[in-house]
Amino acid sequence: MRSELTWMVGGQQGEGIESTGYVLSAGLNRLGYHIYGYRTFSSRIKGGHTNFRIRIATRRVLANSDHVDVLIAFDRDSVRRNAAQLTPGAVVVIDDEEAHPQLPEAGDGVRVLGVPLTGIARDVGGVIMKNMVGAGASAALLGLPVDAFDDLIAERFGSKGEKVVEANRRAFRAGYERLAGQAACSDLRLEAGDGRRRYTMTGDDAAGFGALVGGCRLIAAYPITPASDIMHWLVPKLPQFGGVVVQTEDEIAAITLAVGAGYAGVRAMTATSGPGFSLMMEALGYAGMIEAPVVIVDVQRAGPSTGMPTKHEQSDLFEMLYGSHGDLPRIVLAPATAEECFYGAAEAFNLAERYQTPVILAMDLAVGLAIQTVDDLDFSRVKIDRGLVAAPEELGPEDADFKRYRFTDSGISPRSLPGMPGGLHLATGLEHDETGHITEDRRNRVRMTDKRLRKFQSVELNDAIPPVTFDGPEAPDLLLLGWGSTYGPLAEARERLERQGASVAHGHIRLLEPLPAGVLASRIAQARRVVVVENNARGQLARLLRQEIGTADKDRLHSVLKYDGTPFLPSEIMRECEAML
Amino acid sequence: MATVIDRRSPKDYATDAAPWWCPGCGDFAVLRALQMAAADLNLDPARTVLVAGIGCSGKIGDYFRSYSVHVVHGRTMPVATGIKLANRDLTVIAAGGDGDGYGIGLNHFIHAARRNVDITYIVMDNKVYGLTKGQTSPTTHLGSRTTSAPTGAIDRPITPLRMALVAGVTYLAQGFSGDPKHLARLIKGAIQHKGFALVNVYSPCVTYNKINTYDWYKERLVNLDDDESYDPGNWQAALNTVIDKDDLVTGLIYRATDVPTYEELLPGYRPEPIAAQELQRDPAEWAKILAEFA
Ligand SMILES: Cc1ncc(C[n+]2csc(CCOP(=O)(O)OP(=O)(O)O)c2C)c(N)n1
Ligand code: SF4
Repeated sequence: MRSELTWMVGGQQGEGIESTGYVLSAGLNRLGYHIYGYRTFSSRIKGGHTNFRIRIATRRVLANSDHVDVLIAFDRDSVRRNAAQLTPGAVVVIDDEEAHPQLPEAGDGVRVLGVPLTGIARDVGGVIMKNMVGAGASAALLGLPVDAFDDLIAERFGSKGEKVVEANRRAFRAGYERLAGQAACSDLRLEAGDGRRRYTMTGDDAAGFGALVGGCRLIAAYPITPASDIMHWLVPKLPQFGGVVVQTEDEIAAITLAVGAGYAGVRAMTATSGPGFSLMMEALGYAGMIEAPVVIVDVQRAGPSTGMPTKHEQSDLFEMLYGSHGDLPRIVLAPATAEECFYGAAEAFNLAERYQTPVILAMDLAVGLAIQTVDDLDFSRVKIDRGLVAAPEELGPEDADFKRYRFTDSGISPRSLPGMPGGLHLATGLEHDETGHITEDRRNRVRMTDKRLRKFQSVELNDAIPPVTFDGPEAPDLLLLGWGSTYGPLAEARERLERQGASVAHGHIRLLEPLPAGVLASRIAQARRVVVVENNARGQLARLLRQEIGTADKDRLHSVLKYDGTPFLPSEIMRECEAML
Repeated sequence: MATVIDRRSPKDYATDAAPWWCPGCGDFAVLRALQMAAADLNLDPARTVLVAGIGCSGKIGDYFRSYSVHVVHGRTMPVATGIKLANRDLTVIAAGGDGDGYGIGLNHFIHAARRNVDITYIVMDNKVYGLTKGQTSPTTHLGSRTTSAPTGAIDRPITPLRMALVAGVTYLAQGFSGDPKHLARLIKGAIQHKGFALVNVYSPCVTYNKINTYDWYKERLVNLDDDESYDPGNWQAALNTVIDKDDLVTGLIYRATDVPTYEELLPGYRPEPIAAQELQRDPAEWAKILAEFA
């Protein structure tokens, strides 16, 4: 019996390989397992290898594992490409008429079972259901109860009619029966799940959901991997809550449309990835200058330029922090898990309206697309704070100019929204005075710049997404620092090292701008060595820390970088740490 | 609360700022015409938003009294769309130059036209980049000498009227700064029109465009509104007319009243403004959505 294993399905892109993974992950979730599902795909619709791996465990997991224990292969290419990850004792189920086909590429000690997945599907109603046969075969190998999948199949295919549901159930059961009672593989069976109700979602889903709960009523976006799923999730949902989705002609239109809506009093967002984010730079500064709230999600992928559209990276940090000309205030918030994508997206709208500024939600492909188990979401933690909006008595007589940009101690001035009598003003990207009128007066210029930057001296966050968290000893031999989706691999590496007796702490930063520099400086000072772990080539977070914390002596601050398009495995981080401990 | 004003005069739509346009600039007349149209419609300045572009023309945002948004170069269309969708009770008017709308912002113009959002767009077309000192613009005539083409422009000009018709505008008019009263009527019609309305205005730049002057236009422009036989409901005829007359027409060129607006087509779009919605909702609603992830 296993408390954890990794299952993978591989085949040609465009054949619905993913649906095998989705059915299995939904079933596993209902049985009370934790999962972490990761798809590897390329920018191509039909053809080319794709795989979907699910790490299944009886405790929370937020990273890929080093090895694959079960591979459902719809072609030999899938075996060849993933053989290096197959452990001795792993099982490959290959779509083959022969019960034990010759498959030397699988490697030594790997058990190979031939199951005619396509053939079985054809017999029960159509080759299109080969994925369901594969899912059934997988359920059998893992020792899962077949009945657990009946409802799920009905939910998934119910809209297509009873016939389709029945056919898919037959396919699932046929696959299941073929491998049920495979005594030779009984070691792969999973310990029973705890049956607790949990949820599985991607970070993109969660960000869409968080935005909705956080009061977002308009998204303007232009399709781009890996951010489109945020818009996709909101497309059916927003209209139910009186909101709108606009697919714009480009990302410049997307952000400016959202800024217009935000200026007019609607919580609005856009979601994009590197190439689109680059197009948004001028408008980002515009939002900062007219002090309009707007939320921009950047689900980072491998750059520069078109880079590797379907591959993971965290290389937009500099752009998020420094992009756009001029001294532009902004808030950058990086959720580490799907849960935090939910709370972070919701909170981003509070921050945007409270500080009247662009808020960038810094996601990455791994947190955006990986399917993660979420224990629960606590909606009472999402409080809507619309920031300073002028009350009728604060507004002027109808024909007077309203001081929309009034100098205040906090730097935040009450907003008037179009439609409010007495709130007339000019909102312009040109430098302006308190009423919004254009001026290049030197004294005003300095005061206005200071006012805009003053808003961010301290940013308070919802405690569901703290600025930075620390695990492990306060004065460790090794302090690991990261941001975004590296949370899972770092947490796991730290736990494993700690079990080996090492003194290792893990700090994870959510608020990248303004950076919680004080607490970071004190933790960094107490650690013997500091390792900044991130998925980019220049060590962008490490450079930020050096710049902001200054005192961190160069020899004690190391970078561990990975920029090959794939997220860290916990073991990779461990290896680097072991060399330094 | 707002005092209800029965009648406003054009002066009620003037800010304290003194226009800084060069004496004789066509943009003065556009401002005056807009103020006349607004007074005629008795628009409430608090419920009107003027979205202005960047350029000499864009300064209009500082001079017209309403909620006023001065955007980045070329992006009036998406900003105006965002404002209108956020609060459908507002009257949203965009205004900018030919460089702003047909150069850097051309993409947005075409898409705004085909969406048919209920906004009005006034382009102050002086066939030159004024604010940056007289470079070639997308509407500069072939052979015109500009600061960036001292031997004459070699890019064939954009023809905004044809382009607008093909893009699907549902209200198309062209005015001339030499006749602000007529222009005011065209702007008024545009604001009243349900859907996307373009008013292209020949607004001479007296400083940098020595070809397309007031006199040049006066000699050539034909007012379609004076022609009883002209039917602005006929798209094909409108297209033929602007081609035949080489765009040198004024008046209402085309109007379609049977095309649904974007707002009418948006799924779930409600009659009350989104901006007026209460956002804090019963957590039970969210729990129902969460269950979809179980
Ligand atoms: C992105 C960007 N590029 C360039 C400029 C400089 N710029 C300001 S106005 C303008 C052209 C204005 O021409 P037009 O829109 O025809 O307006 P006009 O000044 O003639 O009224 C340019 C190029 C800018 N503000 N922003
Ligand atoms: S430069 Fe031309 S467009 Fe600009 S204000 Fe002067 S006359 Fe008008």
